Formats: sequence, structure tokens, C-alpha cells
Amino acid sequence: MIQVLLFAHLQEAVGQSKVMIELDGCTVQEVKKWMEKEYPQLSLEQMMAAVNEEFVTDDAVVKDGDTLAFIPPISGG
Amino acid sequence: MATSLFEIVEHPIDVEAVRKKVVDRNAGAITLFVGTVREMTNGKKTLFLEYQAYPEMAVKMFEQIAKEIKERWPEAKIAITHRVGRLEITEIAVVIAVSSPHRKAAYEANEYAIERIKQIVPIWKKEHWEDGSEWIGDQLENVPYAEGKPPIRRGEHG
Repeated sequence: MIQVLLFAHLQEAVGQSKVMIELDGCTVQEVKKWMEKEYPQLSLEQMMAAVNEEFVTDDAVVKDGDTLAFIPPISGG
Repeated sequence: MATSLFEIVEHPIDVEAVRKKVVDRNAGAITLFVGTVREMTNGKKTLFLEYQAYPEMAVKMFEQIAKEIKERWPEAKIAITHRVGRLEITEIAVVIAVSSPHRKAAYEANEYAIERIKQIVPIWKKEHWEDGSEWIGDQLENVPYAEGKPPIRRGEHG
């Protein structure tokens, strides 16, 4: 299981902050595609991603037990 | 009791409490940056703001910023608190305190910290106006990031 975290407008689009998915050993890019198929209202192509709280690129591999967060453009401060 | 130097909180920020975290007998200066909620942006009136964070990662990124500051201003001490939830106009969203033996480093490191917060710390704000609301993206206008992720400086993340 991979825990996928959603924030800001992504969270509102899906209607939940967290999604558990049965994938293992796939890339961030593949998870993005899976999520977009499952939730057609989502557009993740240009979203940044973090695995276990570290920024990664789309070719990073996500394993069982990982937390993958999609990070919309940030606007803190 | 040990207090954490980097915090995401849901309550109003006590500026003095953040300042106290960087008090040092060898400090000759403490700079405080207090970020507040502005009413007018480009002629448009904000009613209130809503902040959301990925708290665990946000704290890690604050630590990353502190590490970068340590490399540039080795004697500076820094503490950051950012608030989330609903914030009214004039309320404090973020406080950055930096102490240093001399004022120049305290000013410079403090400004560096807020610039980096806007680049790498996963916190989002939602503007609420009279005629609607919207999550605000990248105020630095550099998305998508050229390398697929924000620039993380030397010392980590390759």
C-alpha cells in the first residue's frame, strides 16, 4: 500500500486528504497516471512530488509503505 | 522544557516566544520578521486567508533552511513558526527570529529564510474574496520547476 497525500486544490478536487492505493515498486509518474484515471478531475502532470517528506522527481520509485505527497505550487510565508 | 525551533501551529503566534528561542549571550542582534495578512492585493480586497501545511515535511524544510543558513552565517541561530488555519486581516502568519553576534548577518539570514520558505516549504494559502476563493500557487512564478523540484541547496537531496 502506498499512502498518497493531497493538499490545497488537489484535496478539494478529490474530496479527501489521503488516498491508499495498492501499488508497489512503480514510479511517481505511474502513480500520477493512476490517480488521474481514478480521479479524472485531477491534473497532476506538473505537480511536484515528495516521497517520505523529501522532494523527488517523477522517475523516483515508490514502494509499499511509502508516503507519496503531491505538492501544488507553494504559497506560504 | 525543550521547545522546538521550527513549528507549524494552529493558534495565534506569540512573537516574543519565538524571539526567546534564539536568545544567546553572544548575540549582538536579533532580527524578527513578522509576516501578516494583507487586505489589499493588486486592488483586490481579501476578506480572510486560510493556510494549510504538510506539517511533517514543512518542519523538515525549515530544518533544511536552517542548515543552509548555518553554512552561510555559521554564528546565526534561527527559529521559525508558521500558523495554519483561518487567519484574519492583520493577523500573523509567520515569525522568523535570527540572532547573531553582529546585525548584518542577522538581517541577511532572516531575509534568506523567508525567501527560501516561499520556495521549498509545503504551505499553501487560500484567498477568500467577496466574490469567491482560490488556492494561490507559486507567487514566485517559477513553476513548473526546471528540474522537476524546487532548488534544494548543497548538503542534501543531491
